[in-house]
Amino acid sequence: MNSEIIVNVCMGTGGIAAGAEMVMTAFKEEFEAAGVKNARIEERCRLHKVGCRGFCARDVLVDINVDGEVSTYQYIQPEMVKRLIQDHVIGKQPVTEWLVGDDYHVFHDNQTKIVLADLGKINPESIDDYLGVGGYTAAKKALTTMTPAEVIVTVKNSGLRGRGGGGFPTGLKWSLCAANEADQRYVICNADEGDPGAFMDRSVVEGNPHAVIEGMIVTAYAIGASIGYVYIRAEYPLAVDRLRIAIAAARERGYLGKKLFGGQFDFDVKIKLGAGAFVCGEETALIASIEGERGMPRAKPPFPANKGLWGKPTIINNVETLANIPPIINKGAEWFASIGSEKSKGTKVIALTGKIRNTGLIEIPMGMPLNDIIFKIGGGIEGDKLFKAVQTGGPSGGCIPQQYIDLPVDYEGLKSVGSMMGSGGMVVLDETDCMVNIAKFFLQFTQDESCGKCVPCRIGTKRLLEILTRITEGKGKKGDIELLQELAEDVRDSSLCGLGMSAPNPVLSTIKYFRHEYEAHINQKKCPAKVCNKLLTFFIRQDMCVGCGMCLKACSVNAITGEKKQPHHIDNTLCIQCGSCFDVCKFSAVIKD
Amino acid sequence: MISLTIDEKKIEAPEGATVLEAARLAKIDIPTLCHDPRMKPHGACRLCIVDIAGLPRPVTSCTTPATDGMVVTTTNPRLERLRKTTVELLLSDHPNDCMVCIKAGDCTLQNLAYKYAIRESRFKGAVRQHNRVDNNPFIMREQDKCVLCGLCVRVCDEVQGVGAIGYANRGFESDICPPFKNELNCEFCGQCVSVCPTGALSAKMWAGQPRLEGMENTETTCTYCGCGCNITLHSHANKVVRVSSRSDNHNRGWLCVKGRFGYEFINSKDRLTTPLIRREKGGKLEPATWDEALDLVVAKMSAIKEQHGADAIGGLASARCTNEENYLFQKLMRVGIGTNNVDHCARY
Repeated sequence: MNSEIIVNVCMGTGGIAAGAEMVMTAFKEEFEAAGVKNARIEERCRLHKVGCRGFCARDVLVDINVDGEVSTYQYIQPEMVKRLIQDHVIGKQPVTEWLVGDDYHVFHDNQTKIVLADLGKINPESIDDYLGVGGYTAAKKALTTMTPAEVIVTVKNSGLRGRGGGGFPTGLKWSLCAANEADQRYVICNADEGDPGAFMDRSVVEGNPHAVIEGMIVTAYAIGASIGYVYIRAEYPLAVDRLRIAIAAARERGYLGKKLFGGQFDFDVKIKLGAGAFVCGEETALIASIEGERGMPRAKPPFPANKGLWGKPTIINNVETLANIPPIINKGAEWFASIGSEKSKGTKVIALTGKIRNTGLIEIPMGMPLNDIIFKIGGGIEGDKLFKAVQTGGPSGGCIPQQYIDLPVDYEGLKSVGSMMGSGGMVVLDETDCMVNIAKFFLQFTQDESCGKCVPCRIGTKRLLEILTRITEGKGKKGDIELLQELAEDVRDSSLCGLGMSAPNPVLSTIKYFRHEYEAHINQKKCPAKVCNKLLTFFIRQDMCVGCGMCLKACSVNAITGEKKQPHHIDNTLCIQCGSCFDVCKFSAVIKD
Repeated sequence: MISLTIDEKKIEAPEGATVLEAARLAKIDIPTLCHDPRMKPHGACRLCIVDIAGLPRPVTSCTTPATDGMVVTTTNPRLERLRKTTVELLLSDHPNDCMVCIKAGDCTLQNLAYKYAIRESRFKGAVRQHNRVDNNPFIMREQDKCVLCGLCVRVCDEVQGVGAIGYANRGFESDICPPFKNELNCEFCGQCVSVCPTGALSAKMWAGQPRLEGMENTETTCTYCGCGCNITLHSHANKVVRVSSRSDNHNRGWLCVKGRFGYEFINSKDRLTTPLIRREKGGKLEPATWDEALDLVVAKMSAIKEQHGADAIGGLASARCTNEENYLFQKLMRVGIGTNNVDHCARY
């Protein structure tokens, strides 16, 4: 047992949710129990708290590195640790049936990692780990060898665009801000990620918080800001903790504070916790929130770059945008501009979720076709069902149908089919998803999260939601599709902020590509995907029912009758289509049609 | 000055003016609901949207600064459609009980409904359920009529500096309330009532009284203090039933609780309308003429001054009087009576 042993346990949020804390404890205990008794051996075994590995569907992921030979295990649970130590660490024989398969490597090999490059490799709670992979060299290079104007030109030439949703050219935004006469400027890192199904920024802050801080230092230097804020959701406690540790370490080493890198530049970062309002991801609402006001958007112009926090010129960049800055400074604008498509440079981190085999966090070069993302990296649809659509851009994005499967994923590509990049959420839908129901789901979200300030968003999204609800309940009327379209367009065109402007996207894009589903709901009173219970008839297949009585107990309106061990019946005049019988039946005897 | 084009008209506007201000200077009408020139622009109602050449989507004219050479369109079928939809949406979440609403005839929302000829909204659906709240002496809140224009919140914060109310909840259920949904417990200046464009805020004492329409209006000055706020007395059948103040006067339409709500004394039975004199010791106060009263005062004061000297007399002036009146009063005491014993109630 003189070999060098390193065990890496995935401690991202996905890993922790899958039980990584317990796996780690198990490793500690089992090492002690299994002959790793003396201190010499214990010292050689290191337990890294590494950040997100991106492949959350396979958590808990564990790397075992024996003398530089790395084996990656998937779906590890505490009770499996004993055998791993016995067989692999002590016996030098990897447990082959628990190793990740080829698809794991396909998942990673098809990605291009800039922002996620060091995630999973370094301990986010150690500044030395970050320094070990070239951390803070970009800040040093910018502050000691470049003028602020040169930094801005580099970022401009790189073609980097805002990763938070708008896609505004970052360098241009910086130059607009720097052009203002002001005694104080601010940099804000927008880490108020709130889209359902999105965890890009969370993973980056959890896995590599120093990269974000370094991006902020360079930004601050470029525009002449001495104070930075990270506006981060309080619902991300691990990210907040790691950010706090990182800021404290950066201060201690002199990367934050006074006279950075021996020059005249001062910069420090404060954390502001968001209270869970989706709209606070909108930059003017975010500013209002930092100022202590209710998070309600303000009209633009004036833009924050000219008049932002406390009325001073302010740059707000999202986590991923900032994390791109250090590599751009280090490797140059040309390197970055060589990745991606014509108008969208670099990579995009995407949270791949939904009905897909390999859910997780991925990073792709801009312009990669949807097909490659879903079928190569994502491994195709779960359960070999048919792909129906992919919802991009979060709750305000659109649904892209099968016919655009070769669409390049970049700002222009997604916009051309009525969706958007947004912050990078991608929810894959299959044939069992009802598009009207999907639109309803997203409208429910945006309506709940509307700040209530402007009329079209506050009342308009409510009315859109009501019309969608009645369609899914079989109460849709002739003309409802047209009414939805008209109202959606009006809400889009007259709302105050990005939330209201984009909230109708799910409605408009599903009507555009899946109008037949709306028509089936309204005209035939049928839900083709068999999702909308109110449009379905429930019955029990007599040949399948064993008479267990589960459905009878579950039925809240006593619509089900039957003797024990005899096939049961549903009285459709009493049935309220709640679907409980379908959910509880273990014999697939309850059919909905 | 800058020059811009609005609806094909060349317009001069002062630097720093918004598009809305520039349009109004040129007598171009743009509908608004959440705007009040006395407060910061808010941009919430979306009625004042205009098209500006070079911008991809309509913007609110109340928040957009006018710039030199700007080309603005305030009306076209698209803008009117958006405005109409906005009003329709507002009406879809409104009791529409104008028949019994105190604000009828003086209501911005009603005027908009009339302007856009909205009989029925295309968007029938849920309406907010709020009870009428009036657990205070002055202000009646009917939140189901609230359009969330934010004028009450802003006037309380920006003008009154009190901040007694703010926003709560999100989405459709957003509303305006005191902190933690407590009862309204403020100074009851009623500025919020004065700016509310609908019947959501009104005065308790107005209830059941005639509406503003057709009332007799008398411009006068408030007598409560030396500020001399201009007020308008609204009277019906020779009785003052409401007080308001025009925004184009020196107090910009702002009043305090006394000026706005303390008008009942005018028609009070207890109010003195003639001098009263107690003619014999222990007797009752009896009405007298001004001549009789003034003669009596002169006679008594002269007698006191003759017997005890001028310093036996003192005068107390009122804070309700203007500076000029107080000046005249001390002149009367010092020159007329000959004493410096003159003081003012506000000193103690």
